[in-house]
Amino acid sequence: MPAYHPPHIPSSDITPKHIYLSRRNFIGAAAAAGFGFATAGDALAAPLNAVPGPYKLNEKLTPKEAVTTYNNFYEFGVNKEDPAQNSGAFKPTPWSVKVEGMVGKPKEFGLDEILKMKLEDRTYRMRCVEGWSMVIPWIGFPLSALLDQVDPLGSAKYVAFETVVRPEEMPGQSGLFQALTWPYVEGLRMDEARHPLTILAVGLYGETLPNQNGAPIRLVVPWKYGFKGIKSIVKIKLVEEQPQTTWKNSNAREYGFYSNVNPAVDHPRWSQATEQRIGEGGFFGTKRVDTLPFNGYADQVASLYTGMDLRANY
Amino acid sequence: MAPLSAAIPALPRRYHALSIWVLYIVGLCPAAWYFYQAATGGLGFNPVKTFEHLLGIWALRLIIATLAITPLRDLFGINWMRYRRALGLLAFYYVLMHFSVYLLLDLQLNFAAVGGDIAKRPYITIGFAALLFLIPLAVTSNNWSIRKMGQGWIRLHKLIYLIALGGAIHYVLAVKSVTAGPFVHIALIGLLLFYRAIRRPLLNWKRGRRQPARAAR
Repeated sequence: MPAYHPPHIPSSDITPKHIYLSRRNFIGAAAAAGFGFATAGDALAAPLNAVPGPYKLNEKLTPKEAVTTYNNFYEFGVNKEDPAQNSGAFKPTPWSVKVEGMVGKPKEFGLDEILKMKLEDRTYRMRCVEGWSMVIPWIGFPLSALLDQVDPLGSAKYVAFETVVRPEEMPGQSGLFQALTWPYVEGLRMDEARHPLTILAVGLYGETLPNQNGAPIRLVVPWKYGFKGIKSIVKIKLVEEQPQTTWKNSNAREYGFYSNVNPAVDHPRWSQATEQRIGEGGFFGTKRVDTLPFNGYADQVASLYTGMDLRANY
Repeated sequence: MAPLSAAIPALPRRYHALSIWVLYIVGLCPAAWYFYQAATGGLGFNPVKTFEHLLGIWALRLIIATLAITPLRDLFGINWMRYRRALGLLAFYYVLMHFSVYLLLDLQLNFAAVGGDIAKRPYITIGFAALLFLIPLAVTSNNWSIRKMGQGWIRLHKLIYLIALGGAIHYVLAVKSVTAGPFVHIALIGLLLFYRAIRRPLLNWKRGRRQPARAAR
């Protein structure tokens, strides 16, 4: 398969209707709110330009429609189609990400500044803890590039992340039955955070992230289960102690801090040995493939965990 | 105490048999519709799982409907006892389809994986046990068995309470978090099972209340 070139795909061919519509809503809202229509609107609508990244993956891409209509983002509801259906009112601009904690130069990054980072195409496998997987062409930049700008202190051992809380725009954050406690929080060990595979994604399939996939900026850690990839990030904090993580808080027996993809360690309620590739095979021929240790990235990351009991540190 | 039963017009007796057949056909419609949707791409990008889950949820709904027949009669005077067998059998068909989709389309006859799931995963163990328990109930859901078995039939069919409880636990354990949808189904099953525990004292109390009233007349 040839390398992926986003500019060759006309956006009219690949942008589903509901995204146009949500974009129109956004532009309307932006105009109503009286803030910079041209700047913000253009930043959202324009395809992203990215250079080819270092990790090539010769696997069939999951169709864009599957990536954008079948996923988990509990802030918008617990069903797979909920994020696409319920995220129309979410406003990903204006946006900023606070980077603070054990850093020499704490800083608040505006979205325009973030989009000026050197963006790369990163096509990664994505393995959900529920037993399904995708191959997604992300656009983003290494998290380490951001961390370098804030001068991390030597005492910082972990990186903690936090998702935005906006019950009025995120229906899953209000009501009687809320699946999790908010804000959604995640964390990485410093060496995991600085690993070149770890990226902050701002787009997929050549365009900015749709709301349902974590607009405008999310984490992607391809060797870990998908829920580690925290979405719509507003805060990144460098800390000394292992940070709280939402799914571990919700059920520590089933979800650990590390959550590395591991076919040998089953989820207490289901096997992790195989995974179902979404968007392939259809109804009568579901495509099931073997799950790989570290989701196939063992060569790059296994050394981070030398000597660690991966069964105990699930 | 039967205001609701008065509000619902009684179906003429000659339509009773027909209405039961209509119930069978209507009851199988969700399965047929979702199958059509799944096969034609209408159930999203994971049609097998979605279809499997929908069949399971409908099985629970039919079990809830089956369990609701007795309280409807006791408390509201609505006698739909003639539909109970159809509802119970439909529930069994849905559980069977739910398991078949899991076996054929989800795990694709990978019997090692199926065996491993049943042995190691409590929610699947419980779900499979509920399916097994439903078989004798389905097999004896006919007038001949009722005549032949007498009191034994009533005792055997009390298994539905265990099956309903198993179905509820299976559902709770299968989801990542209990939100409104699962909660409503489980709460209804809990309520209907709880009703069985208080049914005798409740009916006695009602009867006792009626007695003095009649004596005064």
